Amino acid sequence: METSTILNYLLFVPLAGALLLMVFPSANKNAIRYFGLFTSLVTFIISLLVYYSFDSGVYGFDKFQFEFKYSWISDLSISYYVGVDGLSLILVLLTTFLTPLTLLSTWNSIQIKVKEFTFFMLVLEMGMIGVFISLDLFLFYVFWEAMLIPMYFIIGIWGGERRIYASVKFFIYTMFGSLLMLVAIIWLAVYASSSTGYFTTNLLELYKVSPALGLDIQTYLFFAFALSFAIKVPLFPLHTWLPDAHVEAPTAGSVILAGVLLKMGTYGLVRFCLPLFPQASVEYAGWISLLAVIGVIYGALVAMVQKDMKKLVAYSSVSHLGFVVLGIFAFTPEGMQGAIIQMINHGLSTGALFLLVGFIYERTHTRQIADYGGIAAVVPVYSAVMLIVALSSIGLPGLNGFIGEFLILIGAFKSPVLSNWMYAIVAASGVIFAAVYLLWMYQRIFFGPVKKLELRGLTDMNGKELFIMVTLIIFIVWIGVYPTTFLQMTDKYSSALVNSILSVNGIIIR
Amino acid sequence: MNESTLISLSLFALFAPLAGFIITLLTGKRLKTAYLIENFIISLVLLASIIALFVKLAYYVDKDIVSEITWIDLGIVPIMGKLSIELGILLDNVSLIMMFVVSLISALVHYYSIEYMRGDKRYNRYFAYLGIFTFSMMGIVLTHNILMMYIFWELVGLSSYLLIGFWYEKKSASDAGKKAFIVNRIGDLGMFAGILMIFVTYHTFTFDKIFAAIGEGILPFNSEFWLTATGILLFCGAIGKSAQFPLHVWLPDAMEGPTPVSALIHAATMVAAGVYMVTRIFVMLTGDAMLFIATIGALSAFIPATIALTQTDIKKVLAYSTVSQLGYMVMALGVGAYAFGFFHLVTHAFFKAGLFLGSGSVIHSMHHEQDIMKMGGLKKKMPITYWTFLFYSLAISGIPLTSGFLSKDGILASAMSFGSLTGYHIFAVVGFLVALLTAFYMFRLLILTFHGEPKDHHKFDHAHESPALMTVPLIVLAILSIFAFYTLNPLDAQQGWVLNKWITTPTSVVPESARYPFMVNHETHGSAEAHGQIIHSVEYTESLHHSHYPAMFLSLFVALLGIFIAYMMYEKKKMDADKIAGSMKPLYNFSLNKWYFDELYGVIAIGASLRLTEILKWFDNTIIDGIVNGSGWITKVTSAISGWFDNWVIDGAVNAVAYISGFFGIALKKTQTGKVQTYVALAVFGVMVFYFAMRLL
Repeated sequence: METSTILNYLLFVPLAGALLLMVFPSANKNAIRYFGLFTSLVTFIISLLVYYSFDSGVYGFDKFQFEFKYSWISDLSISYYVGVDGLSLILVLLTTFLTPLTLLSTWNSIQIKVKEFTFFMLVLEMGMIGVFISLDLFLFYVFWEAMLIPMYFIIGIWGGERRIYASVKFFIYTMFGSLLMLVAIIWLAVYASSSTGYFTTNLLELYKVSPALGLDIQTYLFFAFALSFAIKVPLFPLHTWLPDAHVEAPTAGSVILAGVLLKMGTYGLVRFCLPLFPQASVEYAGWISLLAVIGVIYGALVAMVQKDMKKLVAYSSVSHLGFVVLGIFAFTPEGMQGAIIQMINHGLSTGALFLLVGFIYERTHTRQIADYGGIAAVVPVYSAVMLIVALSSIGLPGLNGFIGEFLILIGAFKSPVLSNWMYAIVAASGVIFAAVYLLWMYQRIFFGPVKKLELRGLTDMNGKELFIMVTLIIFIVWIGVYPTTFLQMTDKYSSALVNSILSVNGIIIR
Repeated sequence: MNESTLISLSLFALFAPLAGFIITLLTGKRLKTAYLIENFIISLVLLASIIALFVKLAYYVDKDIVSEITWIDLGIVPIMGKLSIELGILLDNVSLIMMFVVSLISALVHYYSIEYMRGDKRYNRYFAYLGIFTFSMMGIVLTHNILMMYIFWELVGLSSYLLIGFWYEKKSASDAGKKAFIVNRIGDLGMFAGILMIFVTYHTFTFDKIFAAIGEGILPFNSEFWLTATGILLFCGAIGKSAQFPLHVWLPDAMEGPTPVSALIHAATMVAAGVYMVTRIFVMLTGDAMLFIATIGALSAFIPATIALTQTDIKKVLAYSTVSQLGYMVMALGVGAYAFGFFHLVTHAFFKAGLFLGSGSVIHSMHHEQDIMKMGGLKKKMPITYWTFLFYSLAISGIPLTSGFLSKDGILASAMSFGSLTGYHIFAVVGFLVALLTAFYMFRLLILTFHGEPKDHHKFDHAHESPALMTVPLIVLAILSIFAFYTLNPLDAQQGWVLNKWITTPTSVVPESARYPFMVNHETHGSAEAHGQIIHSVEYTESLHHSHYPAMFLSLFVALLGIFIAYMMYEKKKMDADKIAGSMKPLYNFSLNKWYFDELYGVIAIGASLRLTEILKWFDNTIIDGIVNGSGWITKVTSAISGWFDNWVIDGAVNAVAYISGFFGIALKKTQTGKVQTYVALAVFGVMVFYFAMRLL
């Protein structure tokens, strides 16, 4: 095994940065901000280095690169074991890309306890990267849980009025799922030890033996894992922590929550549920897809009547993530590719939407749609940017959302596992509702005569805000116009995974 | 001139407007004259389109030129092997004629808007939007695959949204923009489903490859029924975009946009995209699908024509007239008249754009008055506008020597022969009826606007002929509505070069059993398909020949009748329009209120879905979140009970032990006096008690 240490730096740099922050005097807020931004930029550069030396031509869902392994609890064969493939890497890049932008966006909005905030953000970044690169289930679980803590504080300290309720709900809800997963991890390792001869949580070894388990055991384990991931996604009807968490979280928290944290759920489904329990995954694909499709429609419909902008965007996440789950459980390369690119799209578009809501909230201190009206004439740049981002979320061709939805719907439509095109057609009608709720919100905020006198005094986006948005929009357009750059990172992975699962199940494609 | 030059010219015509959009948008804020950049670019695009069309017709009239690149590489897919999605352009006569139509009308509307929009506070942005519209429309026209068509399809939807809601301070304008976008999306959902069906069956989006595969007998789900369904699903996109029944409700509202926009997008080009799409997929339509299309077309031709009779807003009349004419084209394609359908698209584009620009000229000089009941007598004040408007009205009514006569007559003749061959005479009947209604409402509009006495003297006094930048486009479009551009015989379009040489009906690839019987050529089977010229059977050709003169005379008769009635009613006032309206009040109200479609949709679609969303919101907050909070509450109660139990029972037991020990400790400590006498006395007492106890036992 070729080892490489570069991934360790991805974890080490944010952690070291967070620890170094301790020595900064709390009063010197700008120094703290600059240092936090610097650290996250270094992390981003390291992830780019990984990307440049990454070989996307490797075919397989269990082939990792830049592996590093260090025995941790040797009696139980638990090790610190990291590595990336296309799926991990694209999500790591999303994380390292969004974190500096998010930190930049908090320059003015976070004024109290700046040091603590930056500290938690960096720790959070480390946790998220750790989740995506862990190749040991135990290590994965540690990062998965550890990452809850900074998020809990970010919502609980810098959040809105009901922040305590929201942060406790977020914490306990997700914790509830994770504990079942922990049980399942141990159970799985014990079962697997009968064929490997020793207890291990090494993912690659489990990949080899786990599919041989009987369907009944696979089913239990599958649901224990899937429940934990489904809460994180969130899959209907496990979604109600999300609107509360989003509404109460500070802008930066919402961006990271929507941008990266939700992706950990879908990532978990793809990385663990599918390859570890291929028979159970196929067996229950129909039910999970059904929940996903319900989520698509339901999330969109509930979004339509929300009065709070953030809540509207939060429910739209339920709808969009439903698409991702549908793509995953279609078991076609198109669906899988669509799901992966849609994870990125959602991170960019919804992240951008939350940022935009945050920008205007900083100026007016209200997120109620009814408090706005006719501000297109007052803040033309802001309204143009908002329109582009909204259209990307609606799935307008030429922007990123379309590519993901389109591939997912193709995948679901021709899926040999779902083998019913109703899933795709019903989900596709979610696209209409997306247009309804976003354009309706847009109209109520931006169009018409200027509603209140104080809205006339709104200032348009400043340089920093514009910079953040332009950076995001570059990628929104890039993926929309030339998605190959991103799709090729995972195309070998997706077809290998799908092929393997279908062949384990003995499904012949027409 | 070689093929690559032709491709370059077309790509330039496609992408230059996009560059115009970006440049104008970015510089528009600071540079007052940014709109001139956009106008310059569109002029170049027009030039490129003219050259390209000329080259194509002169040198490559029978050759289709394709240029493509790979867009998305899906890699290796199980069973299907390597799979990729291509983007590309297809240059045939139809696309290049359409490219010319789009760039010409777009350019004229650009020039016209320089005057019309002068003084608007978002002047430059308006031109930028025209740029992105032109780009998107060119994409639809030039593409060689259905996916790219869908992509640009959505982009024209976006530009339409932006331009309808251009004056977004008005709620009605922003409402109309939103309505257009959403109603279009409903149609697009069907189109998207059709595209999925195609991709899943044929693993490609490219028209040629799809048609070739159908020709080889590969059908969706191996059934002709699903081929029909695929065709109808794709057509759903056209129902939305071309404002066909029952999704026509957005187009009249779209008149909230600036009038030149109505001319460009909502009359001549974008709404024709649906018809254009049907011509593109024409060869894969089964007989059943075509019958469905013809039915939708007939309904869309008839219903709006009856609504246009009573409307008093000059633009609304024209909008309903547009829906009706688009229905005509769709019906033509449905009854198999491919060439006439497309031909009517072209001729209608010119005269309908002209009508809208003419109405814009009127509105401009009347200070944004749009009610024809408040106009009148403008003929003398605005001669150029009047005479061109009259000519367009003649064209749309189908009077000889105009282009409209040629195409309309062809459609009616085709509908008649379709009736005689299949027994569905209804399409011809609807065609003639609509022709009558069209002639009537157009001349009602013309007479009320330009003839008679002015009704609003204040506005009339200020009215004046529009400046040259607005009148020249009117003249150009009027010239293009003269028959001589299409044929030398003003009575028969089929002898002209357009239909004889340039537009030939392509051969259907549908299995013969699924075609219309008359589209199967039994006698000259092999050779005809080899030439790619004739798709219709001999009976059809003969039948069409026979219906040519009857159709011509009948259509001329109904058109003149319509004009005559309008003349008697509104010019001579021999018939009292109000009295007639009063005598059939229910019908009149039905027409005036647009058959109550908006009310119906308002109750059914919007009301019900808003109700549903409110219920779902309640469900989410109360039930689903209730379960979550409920489990939280149960946990809390359980823990409270446990806490009480712990405090009182378990800890109580512990404390009780301690208490009892304490109690006895306190009680017994009295005995610990520290005095030896007491201890001795107690010991003696104890021994005595022990002794007697032993004795007793």
